[in-house]
Amino acid sequence: MRKLTLWLPLALFAFFAGLAAYMLTQEKDQFVESTMIGQPLPAFALDPAFDGLPGASRADFTGRPKLLNIWASWCLPCIAEAPQLEALQKQGVEIIGIAIRDKPADVAGFLARYGNPYARIGSDRISEVQLAIGSSGVPETFVIDGKGVIRYQHIGDIGAEDVPTLLAELEKAQ
Amino acid sequence: MIRWLFAVLLTVLALPLAAQDSMPPAPYAYNQLADPRLEAEASALMHTLRCLKCQSQSIADSDAPMAGDMRHQVRARILAGESPEAIRRWLIARYGDYVSYEPEVSSTTWPLFAVPLLVILIVAGVLLRRLGKRRSDGDDAGAAA
Repeated sequence: MRKLTLWLPLALFAFFAGLAAYMLTQEKDQFVESTMIGQPLPAFALDPAFDGLPGASRADFTGRPKLLNIWASWCLPCIAEAPQLEALQKQGVEIIGIAIRDKPADVAGFLARYGNPYARIGSDRISEVQLAIGSSGVPETFVIDGKGVIRYQHIGDIGAEDVPTLLAELEKAQ
Repeated sequence: MIRWLFAVLLTVLALPLAAQDSMPPAPYAYNQLADPRLEAEASALMHTLRCLKCQSQSIADSDAPMAGDMRHQVRARILAGESPEAIRRWLIARYGDYVSYEPEVSSTTWPLFAVPLLVILIVAGVLLRRLGKRRSDGDDAGAAA
């Protein structure tokens, strides 16, 4: 018994050393998730991000569940997710965009180059709405139900494998 | 072909730098409030909020555009008469405890505060028992002699 308690500190040390080694080999999760899931969208009204489409406001989120896509023309992963947004739009999903810290000419240029899946795009020049919904980067995509409640958050660009998940979440939000 | 690839690479590399830099910062990102008392309140609060892009800095220390936008929110809300505590709560409601750059006691972090207290209590208990024992041993020895 006495022998066992003598070894206890070493065993504890070995446990913590092992834990530290294990944690160091794990990939670090850099994502800061929104804690607004299940909460209603805050009130907002954003000007059009460019001449071609109307702006976006809280009042647009009525009827069927919609996607709220936080993006920017200066954001590289946003180029990568453009085909997936287009695929979602072709399946009848309404996508409302919010362009972060962006200029009308840049927005128009991006859409001309990579396609336009959006029904509306609001311009958030000072990340106001982004902060209000707990989004911490671009791109991020939120599923908003017909009552304007945030139901799901996808962080980072949408890969082809994420499209079924988003469609299922939209279905769930009906 | 290689030249073409190179050209594509160049445009891709230049695009984000050029675009992100061209946007002016939010009004209160780098401008202090006129009232020194309000600015001091805002500044104290900004040192306790974490930059979400550069996660080991407070928004007061960071040059990331998003940190600038968060500083604008803080100053604009202070100017509008909101209390620093209300602004903190507003951000924590959106990003969780993580946005706080100052340790918060909450349902997930309380062990961090409770465990050291517990350890101190245990150590104090062990010490008292041992020292108390030794003293009474000494008393016994004194009585015997």
